[in-house]
Amino acid sequence: MAFEIIGKPLPKIDALPKCTGETRYADDLQLPRMLYAKILRSPHAHARIRRIDVSRARALPGVYAVITGRDLPTRFGILPVSQDEEALCAEKVRFVGDPVAAVAATDEWIAEEALRLIDVEYELLPALLTLEEALRESSVRIHDYGDGPNIHKMISLEFGDVEEGFAQADYVREDIFFYAGSTHLPLEQHAAVAQYGPDGKLTLWSSTQTPHYVHRALAKVLGLPPSHIRVIATPVGGGFGGKSDPFSHEIVVAKLAMLTGRPVKITLTREEVFYVHRGRHPVLMWIKTGVRRDGTIMAMHVRSFLDGGAYGSYGVVTAYYTGALQTVTYKIPRYKFEGVRVFTNKPPCGPKRGHGTPQPRFALEVHLDKIAEDLELDPIEMRRRQIVEAPSLTVNWLRISSCGLRACIDRVVEASGFREKFRRLPFGHGVGFACSTYLSGAGLPIYWNDMPHSGVQIKIDRGGGVTVFCGSTDIGQGSDSILAYIVAEVLGILPEDIRVVTADTDLTPVDLGSYSSRVTVMTGNAAVEAAEKLRRLLFRAAAERLDVPEEQLMARARRIFDQADPERGLDFAEAAQLAEARFGTLGAVGSYKPPKSPGRYKGAGVGPSPSYSYSACVIQVRVDPETGFVQVEKVWIAHDVGRVINPRLVEGQIHGSVYMGLGEALMEEQTFRSRLGLHKAPSMLDYKSPTPLEMPEVECFLIETDDPNGPFGAKEAGQGPLLPVPPAVANAVYDAIGVRVDELPITPEKILKGLEDKARGGSGRVGPKSIPSLAWPEPIRVEPPPEWRDVPTRSS
Amino acid sequence: MLRLPPFQYFAPRSLDEALRILSDHGPEAQIVAGGTDLYPKMKRRQIQPRALVSVRRIPELSHIAWMAHDGVTLGAGVTLARVLACENLAIAYPALARACAGIAHPPIRSMGTIGGNLCIDTRCTYYDQTFFWREALGFCLKKGGTVCPVAPGGTRCWAVSSSDGAPVMIALGAQLRLIGPHGERTIAAEEFYRDDGIQYLAKAPEEILVEVRLPCREGWRSTYWKLRRRGAIDFPVLGIAVAVCMESGRCREARIVLGAVGSCPKRIREAEGILEGNPLEPDVIEAAARAVSRAIRPLENTDFLHLYRKKVASVFAQRALHELAGTPLTGGLSGT
Amino acid sequence: MNGEQHPLAVPVYKTLLEVLREDLHLTGTKHGCELGECGACTVLVDGEPVLSCLALPIELEGREILTIEGLMEGGRPHPLQSAFAEMGAVQCGYCTPGIVLSAKALLDRNPMPTRQEIAEALSGNLCRCTGYIQILDAVERAGARMRERRS
Repeated sequence: MAFEIIGKPLPKIDALPKCTGETRYADDLQLPRMLYAKILRSPHAHARIRRIDVSRARALPGVYAVITGRDLPTRFGILPVSQDEEALCAEKVRFVGDPVAAVAATDEWIAEEALRLIDVEYELLPALLTLEEALRESSVRIHDYGDGPNIHKMISLEFGDVEEGFAQADYVREDIFFYAGSTHLPLEQHAAVAQYGPDGKLTLWSSTQTPHYVHRALAKVLGLPPSHIRVIATPVGGGFGGKSDPFSHEIVVAKLAMLTGRPVKITLTREEVFYVHRGRHPVLMWIKTGVRRDGTIMAMHVRSFLDGGAYGSYGVVTAYYTGALQTVTYKIPRYKFEGVRVFTNKPPCGPKRGHGTPQPRFALEVHLDKIAEDLELDPIEMRRRQIVEAPSLTVNWLRISSCGLRACIDRVVEASGFREKFRRLPFGHGVGFACSTYLSGAGLPIYWNDMPHSGVQIKIDRGGGVTVFCGSTDIGQGSDSILAYIVAEVLGILPEDIRVVTADTDLTPVDLGSYSSRVTVMTGNAAVEAAEKLRRLLFRAAAERLDVPEEQLMARARRIFDQADPERGLDFAEAAQLAEARFGTLGAVGSYKPPKSPGRYKGAGVGPSPSYSYSACVIQVRVDPETGFVQVEKVWIAHDVGRVINPRLVEGQIHGSVYMGLGEALMEEQTFRSRLGLHKAPSMLDYKSPTPLEMPEVECFLIETDDPNGPFGAKEAGQGPLLPVPPAVANAVYDAIGVRVDELPITPEKILKGLEDKARGGSGRVGPKSIPSLAWPEPIRVEPPPEWRDVPTRSS
Repeated sequence: MLRLPPFQYFAPRSLDEALRILSDHGPEAQIVAGGTDLYPKMKRRQIQPRALVSVRRIPELSHIAWMAHDGVTLGAGVTLARVLACENLAIAYPALARACAGIAHPPIRSMGTIGGNLCIDTRCTYYDQTFFWREALGFCLKKGGTVCPVAPGGTRCWAVSSSDGAPVMIALGAQLRLIGPHGERTIAAEEFYRDDGIQYLAKAPEEILVEVRLPCREGWRSTYWKLRRRGAIDFPVLGIAVAVCMESGRCREARIVLGAVGSCPKRIREAEGILEGNPLEPDVIEAAARAVSRAIRPLENTDFLHLYRKKVASVFAQRALHELAGTPLTGGLSGT
Repeated sequence: MNGEQHPLAVPVYKTLLEVLREDLHLTGTKHGCELGECGACTVLVDGEPVLSCLALPIELEGREILTIEGLMEGGRPHPLQSAFAEMGAVQCGYCTPGIVLSAKALLDRNPMPTRQEIAEALSGNLCRCTGYIQILDAVERAGARMRERRS
């Protein structure tokens, strides 16, 4: 089928205003009589608050309100199962940067001065700063809930009998990996403006990826009816998952607006953004795989240890994600996953691009490379032979609707000349390969209910103008533009004829938010449904006028016409007027809910998705054996995106994912001073984000598989392409110098350490040597889907 | 938004006026040129001068003047971008051009000045942090505290000289002209720095660095190698400036100066001695490079592990010397 | 400022960034760190890229300041602005004004830069969305268009 708009490299509808300075981000808003808020944060990693005295701050001229935890006693959190955050801590602080009090004043200088006049008396508690400490020191408790002392969540699931699988394997290998924590570092610091009117209605403008969940949290903590709260997500200046939680500062600024009756703005400093965090969990992983001599996977057992930081955030989901998607790439007939997320006295971790899956993907893809080498197998062929089928169900009951991984692999392997280079380049030069999978949106909403995940409403005016309303939030990925392209395609008009109104809880139907790579698939499907309803009305009216059967009509280039006789037709605006005269005001809604997942076990809620994207990646590196510096020379990456709605946008998502993956592979790391729990590098100078000079050439290949569940067959592109990058770098470094760095980031120091170890006759491996011993609960034993019950054995 | 604390701002149009304002305000005053090092420090409340004395409008600070057969003088207020735009400087003093090209990034280079870079405050991971952070740590010796967290047993501050220009100026034998309330003096760049993270300059606060005189360096070759994690933005955590004067295939005179491994730039005389009188051949270079690494003792207060910096010092020394010998090593990455 | 004169009375310690955004309401200039570490607040002063977060208006008296709002020519986008929009160089858009201006300073000085020269000119402008690739593409395209226009 030929498309008119879909597949074209059109500019984004909001690109030009962003180039001219016209786009208004949250911190750009200025309202009359606006006050400025600042938050006092804990200087201690773990302490009890004995007393707070705000009287001196209140007395400072220019200060309009000072609030503490007493003013906002209700707890909140993104997940219903982890409502463990306070907008301002009342009794206890749990990390350096935890919010304690807040001030609204006429300017930021006064607000800052007022913070220094707040006297807080703390009683210090022992700080638990590492996973091991948190598990060991059970007498110190960071929270009083969870699956054990300082254990937020423990998971144990088994699909099929893995021990039987290992017994039948020709070769079993175990490895341990560590993936360091990192942060999103959006260029825009979080900001929010609140206004409370005399009508008792609250409006919050915020740089958020999830206005719907901010709306819920505000209603809960402020005790206002949800109908009196309006949340507007301003254009987000970079999110990557970091603006997906409801945040303390959003609640605080709303409360201050209510107390003062004046608009209040808060903009976090860069340092505060590091404390607010919700970034990549540091994860320690153990992986054991049994294979046949030819590399066929017989069974896999994965353990992950997540250092969650001080609060729950999305952590339960993250923990499940470290075990959910291994089965979606290669056929794994027996699979066991044990995972634990612990609390530590550090900024809370949460969802960062790839949400819990880049870590185990790194482990899996390096582990497979080692297995291939041990068995003298081609690492590409070994993987390629056991790619999942589509359609199929995985052993953990995830439904795969389409899979273009084989095509992805073939494209990058050929384009990169991998086979000619692998193990053949001179010392210091190497290539590495990895594959990956990601989901196109979570199959279940955060609050379980039967309502749609996404809604779209469209109205057509008499001039032929079309307005699309949707709760989705454009965080730069282009979701507003995707709505315009899709509606334009269906109605046969151009994207510039469409006005898109999004992310406003008063004006737009609910969309759950820009997370889990869900937006194109879910809002896209909802938009198709709404637009098709309207097209039917337009066609019916046009058919009557033109005296042509409806089925014979087509909408293209602002016209509705007879396919058999294209001259015979109407302008879109004319058709709209006829339809309005015939049917009344033209409006339609569409909504989308993902297909029900067949999994019926506890934990089956994390992993299902309408579809899965696939990526394959080859990376070529040059390693300086004297300094340990790694230069990434080129990246070849293929991504199965189902259908390319706009190649420029898809490639942009791939480039950005590769960039972020390279940062995590080579330099980005959240580190903390021992004992005090102080962030070591809370600035853009000390936290190393790659510059244009570090970015290699990237060659992208877009693979289309026309997924049955996607709008026009589309799947996600925003997160999946990050996943193969770190393992491909690690595998390339090994190919270059024979050193296995099983611990990200792969820093120059670690490279030299590996080379020195090799020179002394060691293996050259750098990485964690053991995992904590932990009493794992009895696994929930899940009967695999029927097709996995007769699984391959040694002889089969 | 991080904001500056209030201050009075003076923009004198002559050196005399500047000196008068400085002496009127005493220790409360601070000289500012490009502001790229000072303003971030003020925003983090590491320093809070009551009066800023800008030297931007003082004409004596903005010249580049070539003297026949006697080198060049650079006004301290010449921006780094202007240094880079001057091709003759790059030809006569390649190390200077290399160093300036690697400082921070283009906007900083169009604001920052050569004098500012030479006077740049020493840096430390415990010091270059916000007020909130330093308070949470318990202030350090350099600002507000009594203990140095880098070496808690000692009594001195170990903040690191982080100027790219400083080691180069020493290697090139630059002289610095200072003017103060009691007149002017000229000192060798080497004498300008003190091995103390707090009192890191031999310049009195009320003295103004007016110009840098670079002697004629005909017959010399020079270069600068810099270690940092990224190709831009980052300060040096190891800088190595090398200048050699060759005569009939042998090194007549050598200068090897290391930056960013201590509180002041450090001349490695042992390494210079190994080179002098010898051809720049691999074994000589290797011996000199070993001496470089031996002579420095970086501490754990910058990016990269200190032992790593020590190791790379010898690698970069070798690479720099091979570059000057005309036998550049291949296969090496980084170093700008 | 953008070809206009603005008499201003502001505290001397307010940075150009703060004055642009808060007093002149030119919020197109962004900020990501206020310490000179990200490049988001880049503006042009007499054609040179300058970080507005580290510049005081009093230091710039009498000089020509160009912000992103002043880049349009007669209501039409500058070739850099159109090229950024067309090439996908704008994702979240927060680094865009600073990058466009850094790129303008480069192209005005060097109309035909190599890709490496573009990367170096933009090395102080961090972007977390694009991996810089489409940004470099856009600067190349804008450079070509500007050369065409001139010839």
